[in-house]
Amino acid sequence: MVKFTANEKKDTRSGFGVGLHELGKQNPNVVALCADLLGSLKMDAFKKDFPERFFQVGIAEANMMGLAAGLATGGKIPFTGTFANFSTGRVYDQIRQSIAYSEKNVKICASHAGLTLGEDGATHQILEDIGMMKMLPGMTVVVPADYEQTRVATIALASHVGPAYLRFGRPAWPIFTTGRPFTIGKADRMIEGKDVTLFACGHMVWQAIEAESILADKGISAEVINVHTIKPLDVETILASANKTGCVVTCEEHQINGGLGDSVAQCLSRFHPVPVEMIAVNDSFGESGKPLDLLKKYGLSPENIVKAAEKAISRKK
Amino acid sequence: MPTLDLPHLQKLCTQIRRDIVRQVYNCQSGHPGGSLGCTELFVALYFHLMKRNPGFNMEGKGEDLFFLSNGHISPAWYATLARAGYFDVKELATFRQINSRLQGHPATHEHLPGVRVASGSLGQGLSVAIGAALSKKLNKDPHTVYVLMGDGEQQEGQVWEASMFAAHHKVDNLIATIDYNGQQIDGPVDQVMSLKNLKAKWESFGWTVLECNGNNLPELITTMEKAKSLLGQGKPVLNLMKTVMGYGVDFMMGSHKWHGVAPNEEEFKKAMSQLEETMGDF
Repeated sequence: MVKFTANEKKDTRSGFGVGLHELGKQNPNVVALCADLLGSLKMDAFKKDFPERFFQVGIAEANMMGLAAGLATGGKIPFTGTFANFSTGRVYDQIRQSIAYSEKNVKICASHAGLTLGEDGATHQILEDIGMMKMLPGMTVVVPADYEQTRVATIALASHVGPAYLRFGRPAWPIFTTGRPFTIGKADRMIEGKDVTLFACGHMVWQAIEAESILADKGISAEVINVHTIKPLDVETILASANKTGCVVTCEEHQINGGLGDSVAQCLSRFHPVPVEMIAVNDSFGESGKPLDLLKKYGLSPENIVKAAEKAISRKK
Repeated sequence: MPTLDLPHLQKLCTQIRRDIVRQVYNCQSGHPGGSLGCTELFVALYFHLMKRNPGFNMEGKGEDLFFLSNGHISPAWYATLARAGYFDVKELATFRQINSRLQGHPATHEHLPGVRVASGSLGQGLSVAIGAALSKKLNKDPHTVYVLMGDGEQQEGQVWEASMFAAHHKVDNLIATIDYNGQQIDGPVDQVMSLKNLKAKWESFGWTVLECNGNNLPELITTMEKAKSLLGQGKPVLNLMKTVMGYGVDFMMGSHKWHGVAPNEEEFKKAMSQLEETMGDF
């Protein structure tokens, strides 16, 4: 049995910063744009070493998306950097028309997503972004689980042709994916189990791993799958696991509407109906607080996942 | 730049105006007013000012590029692209109809040669053009990027974000033009949302601003050539181009009413009688 430990913690946004800097060295077509959040997005190293390929756009996110579309037209691979709220909701029409509909090879890199942004509160804690982005035709949506996976995903996106949304966050978080393979669109089965499947993305993968440990102590065998790509969804892996365990729990730092849970439920209801429980924010805005306190208050703790797993199992015929 | 052949360019203007009215009449939908007003600019760009490579390549390396931000005047652009050889003029008959590459507003999705980004939702084209201009600088490509916006479009905040950026980052391989016809859907721009002193606004944002009568072809070409001569000096250049909406068809001229309305059969015939067929209708 694989055991994951949390010996080291780092923020996922730092994984993005390191990945982007590595890309700068690897690929001369990679360019970066930032809307006055250089430090928050950890883009300093890229700017320092590749100043001619870095564009400070100021607090003007709509323009940033258009610039990126234009740079992509000229053969560049632009990575835009700002908070997830300003990367999506604020500029949805710019992304829709100039990037998605126009099929531009732009990578929209979004930090500080979800409740774990913490003290800044609900104005900045976007919980609707996965839904908005996955609805756009042709948009790839990636939500990596830790620092290392964010680094690897950032690098992978440069060779993935087409518009993409990369969602990551602010707090230091356990690192546990080191050395694991990463392929866009291929979910990663972290822990094998037979009674229930926990499908999770982003920070919630670690919460699911903790929940699995509690469930194991109770004699329940849970399978943990890191669905780091929400779109295109790895239908094959999801169906195989649901077929094996017979019930599932989805876990995400997002509204219950529109996110990973929606995608998984849609897939299962069409191809293999089984009981589905969803761990997500239940149609409300967030608030200021410490990340772990917020996850607990809004029902996103490992203990909540355990309860949801037990409920899902009880619903099996 | 080719030798200036004004009579030929004037003939193109007349034919493209016929093409515009015919496209809109055929599908009983579209935007004739702004299209007719900007015809001289399209002709000047595609048949005189722009360095264009044969065929169509999305990246457009080694040639001048044009972006249309006020995408609703697509009939003028489509007619120009067809007459310039990007696709067969017969395809103009499919404008705004199902299974056509000539979408109501320009799009890349159907792979229409000549179009590099979708436009229609206003305010976005200048940003895209600046991005393309940055790309040219990175590629050490000395060619120019052109973009056309509407005057009503100046009410969109993104235009000013982009304006600020281009001046700050010295994007001096870019010529923007504003179709300053003073009309928008709901009425005269001054009444809907006044732009006040638009020239002073752009100058204060750090652009070099030229002005001209956009329906006077020689004056327009001279102004655009002057704009070109001002490139490479650390500032983006704007042509504040005064036009008359609906120019060339007397009953469409100068009124916002023809912004987005198609002529009926009688009006179509009347319009056609005012525009000489110079190169064969589609």
